[in-house]
Amino acid sequence: MIARQTAVATTFAPEHGFLVAFARDVRLAVRSKGEVIQALAFFVVVVSLFPLAIGPESVLLKRIAPGVVWVAALLSVLLTLPRILASDYADGTLDQLALSVYPLPAIMAGKIVAHWLMAGLPLALMSPLRGFQFGLESRELVVLYASLMLGTPVLSMIGAIGAALTIGVRGGSILLALLVLPLYIPVLIFGAGAVEQAMVGIDASANLSLLGAILLLGGLVVPFAVAVAVKISLD
Amino acid sequence: MMASGASVSPAIHTLAANGLRLERGSRSIFDGVSFTVGSGQALMLRGANGSGKTSLLRTLAGLTLPDAGAVMWDGAVLKPLAAEWRGAALYLGHTNALKDDLSAQENLVDALSIDGMEASQPAQLDALEKVGLLERRLVLARRLSQGQKRRVGLARLLLARAQMPLKSLWLLDEPTNALDESGVSLFTRLISDHLDNGGMACIATHLELKLAAPTNELNLDALVRN
Repeated sequence: MIARQTAVATTFAPEHGFLVAFARDVRLAVRSKGEVIQALAFFVVVVSLFPLAIGPESVLLKRIAPGVVWVAALLSVLLTLPRILASDYADGTLDQLALSVYPLPAIMAGKIVAHWLMAGLPLALMSPLRGFQFGLESRELVVLYASLMLGTPVLSMIGAIGAALTIGVRGGSILLALLVLPLYIPVLIFGAGAVEQAMVGIDASANLSLLGAILLLGGLVVPFAVAVAVKISLD
Repeated sequence: MMASGASVSPAIHTLAANGLRLERGSRSIFDGVSFTVGSGQALMLRGANGSGKTSLLRTLAGLTLPDAGAVMWDGAVLKPLAAEWRGAALYLGHTNALKDDLSAQENLVDALSIDGMEASQPAQLDALEKVGLLERRLVLARRLSQGQKRRVGLARLLLARAQMPLKSLWLLDEPTNALDESGVSLFTRLISDHLDNGGMACIATHLELKLAAPTNELNLDALVRN
């Protein structure tokens, strides 16, 4: 009988589970557009605070632009992390996802990609405009954009691991920030570093390649890690 | 036992618990829980609030790992959340697993697709009508009453019933909570039909359900505690 049940279970392809979770989370994010827009607005406001605080020194502003945009992107993503798993845990749907016929890593991968689409991608798309404010030139803007396109998915991945580990913990959002921010450091260094290299006229492809490598490695490993963390947290 | 088509009668399965023990910190939630449920049978979990009914159901679902003992399916030890277990177990917790921002019907469709099932539009409407939510199917779950939220879960069970052997082991935590009289009788009929079809159910409830099928009772208050 188990053989028969297994035969039933194996007809459920992981990629279908990915799509089910992805479509569900995208639809939920579209329903509560406010959260997506708020995170984006937060990013814009934080970036805009720096010229006000530092004053209109174009050389200095341009110098700090990569770091400012990257730190703001990081904080904005951090704000949206509870959306990945915390609300599903609170209303009990995380139990259903864990008991889904589809493999949990596939479902988690779908959730991570959906999170990036709603939290990371808007930041990357918005970043050239922000960089332009700081006086970055077109070649530097392209590198800034590329670094965020490669880096923000990694922010969603690392964030998902942190979110899974802090499920159901009281005061979890601060713990989540403390857990995740140090892990964001390599991405920050490579991301902001790429733009800085472009600013001094060095080829930025080394840093971008490293970001790409982190992204590929993360894509292979993170869904499984998140699935394990979710199972532990639900126990 | 592969689907060779030789046998038409529903497959006979047994779910057994073997000396399950669960501890939280130094407190023993339950200890020495053993029982056997076969196809077409139901197990009623009884016990006062806090006696561990939810924990036991979560253990049976594979969500919580027992500190000792094992859950067996057809005599073989089940690995928690293994594929065949996820294929067999349908868990309806005391939270309703509904998304506030989705309508009743959308929640139903999502729950089914997570279970690996599809239901046609007429089948969905039929199920929603049977649970009395046809008029309210487009209302966001946040605007539904507690009882109506429970009824969305009943609609899910109704549609899952047709998908045997997929999700044929129902693990239900206080399914009659917040349900009115007609809801309870609807639920009773639903369980009876499920058991008649050779399904299995473990139900934590305070109510006396009038089921024709053989039911076992497990009283968690009566277990020896240390």
